[in-house]
Amino acid sequence: MSGETNSYEIVRRDPRAEWIARNRLHPLHGTISVGEEAEVRGPSGLIRKNPHKVGFIGPNGIKRIDRLKGNAAAAATGRRSGGAAQEVQLPLHKVENPDFSIFVVPDMVGGRLTSQDKDILGQAHKLARSDDGESAVQGVVVAVVFGELKDDSLDTAGVDRLIHLDGEEYQGYCPEQQLTALVHLDATYNPQNWLFPDSVHGGTDLGSRLAARLGERPAVQAWQVDKKTTVCRGASGSTDISRPTPRILLLAEECADPIDETRHEVQPIELGSVPRVISRMQDMGQVSVDPNAIPLAEAEFILSAGNGIHNWDQFHEAAEALGATEGASRVAVDDGFMPRFRQVGATGTWVTARVYIAVGISGAIQHMQGIGQCDKVIAINTDAGCDMVKRAALSAIGDSEEILAELLKLAREHKAGQSEGGDQNAA
Amino acid sequence: MPLNIVSLVSVGRHPQSGRERRAEQDGRAVELGMNLEASQSASMTVLHAGRSVEPVLRNYAGMGLPSLEVLELSEQDDAVPSLAQYLKASDADIVLTGVRAESGESSGMVPYLLAEELGWPLVPRIADIVSINNGVAEILLALPRGQRRSLSVPLPFVASVDNAAPAPRQSAYGPGMRASIDASQVTAVTDSAREQWQEAPAKPRPKRLKVVKAKTAADRFKAATAKPQGKAGKVMKNESAQEQAQEIFNLLLEEKVIK
Ligand SMILES: Cc1cc2nc3c(=O)[nH]c(=O)nc-3n(C[C@H](O)[C@H](O)[C@H](O)COP(=O)(O)OP(=O)(O)OC[C@H]3O[C@@H](n4cnc5c(N)ncnc54)[C@H](O)[C@@H]3O)c2cc1C
Repeated sequence: MSGETNSYEIVRRDPRAEWIARNRLHPLHGTISVGEEAEVRGPSGLIRKNPHKVGFIGPNGIKRIDRLKGNAAAAATGRRSGGAAQEVQLPLHKVENPDFSIFVVPDMVGGRLTSQDKDILGQAHKLARSDDGESAVQGVVVAVVFGELKDDSLDTAGVDRLIHLDGEEYQGYCPEQQLTALVHLDATYNPQNWLFPDSVHGGTDLGSRLAARLGERPAVQAWQVDKKTTVCRGASGSTDISRPTPRILLLAEECADPIDETRHEVQPIELGSVPRVISRMQDMGQVSVDPNAIPLAEAEFILSAGNGIHNWDQFHEAAEALGATEGASRVAVDDGFMPRFRQVGATGTWVTARVYIAVGISGAIQHMQGIGQCDKVIAINTDAGCDMVKRAALSAIGDSEEILAELLKLAREHKAGQSEGGDQNAA
Repeated sequence: MPLNIVSLVSVGRHPQSGRERRAEQDGRAVELGMNLEASQSASMTVLHAGRSVEPVLRNYAGMGLPSLEVLELSEQDDAVPSLAQYLKASDADIVLTGVRAESGESSGMVPYLLAEELGWPLVPRIADIVSINNGVAEILLALPRGQRRSLSVPLPFVASVDNAAPAPRQSAYGPGMRASIDASQVTAVTDSAREQWQEAPAKPRPKRLKVVKAKTAADRFKAATAKPQGKAGKVMKNESAQEQAQEIFNLLLEEKVIK
């Protein structure tokens, strides 16, 4: 193609320059240009690749083509450090002077973001982004957290600003006080939207309270939200209602993708005083329910027995003392020690417990499938190499009977101490 | 003074057939009210805002109600103003509703709006009313994972009844047909905001795919084939059984599963 122009000039090679270009360690290497890029636009606009210009000359003079697109370094170091996943520092998303704000009130079950909370933070960023290209307005995502906060992943979940209300008036069950705080925030910051998870953990309740107080009509079970329209489920999930996006949104699960490519500032916002209300509803604490009456799939705390249990009376005692729902592996069920409906795993129940104690369970894949959603697994096993120990957050290697006996003792001491303390308080 | 209980009922929707039915939670609210009626010598009114010719109302009446009150409204009307007006005029002590209606917008806002309008406390998702003494009710709230919380609330209040409440009794056809349905005319307020909305049968929502955001083929391959490796937790091998048990117990306390 360019042969015509080239035929007029005689191509002269400069071996020394070529040698310098090849030798990256040569002091003059930087001054000698390596030539045009490998990809140029041809006269017709198509991209032309010059195969001679692709790649680089390796240290021993052999041409290398990097097909890892610049990730070779990461891959190489990854292998050298024994396959340990490299911690990547995500780019920091900064909001200096926000034009508006989106307030999110996550559930924070047990002080941690739930997966629904993360989805809703993702949704908040979708609303905060100025993707319609009209003007460069930018929103800030503010999370309002009540009570304890244990999560350390707020930055990667997408919290730009954090309002943490942690006074003693926010301990326990206090929707009226929380509502007062939200109304106060609404008056102070006038956020563009309020986002709540539509969940049984309190998000629905608080969102509905705020909507009723502010006289806004919320969208509930919203699952497709943009700046203009919202699609939400109505009639117990059998219809889709499309409507203009309201100020208060109660969002369904998986309404948007969670944030995963940026880090956020998590700048705390200090609030002045929030008015306190005298709650009409008086919290008298959680009532102890018979843990074995709770369906296994819903139970929060499960003590599960496998083939490594030899003293079954002790196991039942321990479950009762700890207040745990009983579970079992298939072997324990097949051997007749536990009823079939207690079986955890692929052919049993898929449990969602927050804390799962596996006593004498080896961790067969069929069993592991059933505990995939569990947060904290604790293993008690004689075999330090078994799969359950690999999965567990905490493993105790030893005989199940001894450890359960000690646990039983601790649980009883704890209970005794508590009832004494209770008596003292009452006195 | 006997207690006055008002149970609000709506038209339910069978999840499979889509046919009209007695709504699950509203049925439970009526059941709860009838139990209180028996134990507390209370009197209960069952109230529906809507069309009085609704056949489903006979299903509620068939639970053993002598009569039902209906505020005559058409489908486009907003039920909350009429209900609030009725409740303000009545001397109700407890208003029971379901958590969410099974038809219409299903927003679950009715109890909240009524409580706001009346200035009463709202108790969400109750499982039972344990006792009522000296104008204070002791209530069990239904929490997720089968847990319960105990609350004491002064009368009057609005409460929404969760599915964890006792199941409603069977409805008998004959008594249901014999019950009287007392309709009263009210000034209707049309729900004008809703007229602008579009409603369509629910589209199935796309399942979320597990997208692996890997930049290279090697990473994608690893994500597809590698066993999910949990972060190795703490392993206690050489400690005594007592130390191990203490550590486990501390974790349980920290996670707040032991109270
Ligand atoms: C189609 C199919 C479906 C299945 N579905 C399920 C299912 O749904 N759920 C399920 O659980 N299984 C299921 N299984 C069975 C599964 O493959 C395993 O056989 C089973 O989970 C093993 O149970 P286990 O861990 O209790 O017993 P084992 O594998 O025998 O493990 C016992 C463990 O206890 C330890 N141990 C022994 N003595 C002590 C001691 N004194 N103190 C402490 N630890 C001790 C051992 O080190 C060992 O790790 C299924 C299998 C098949 C083929």
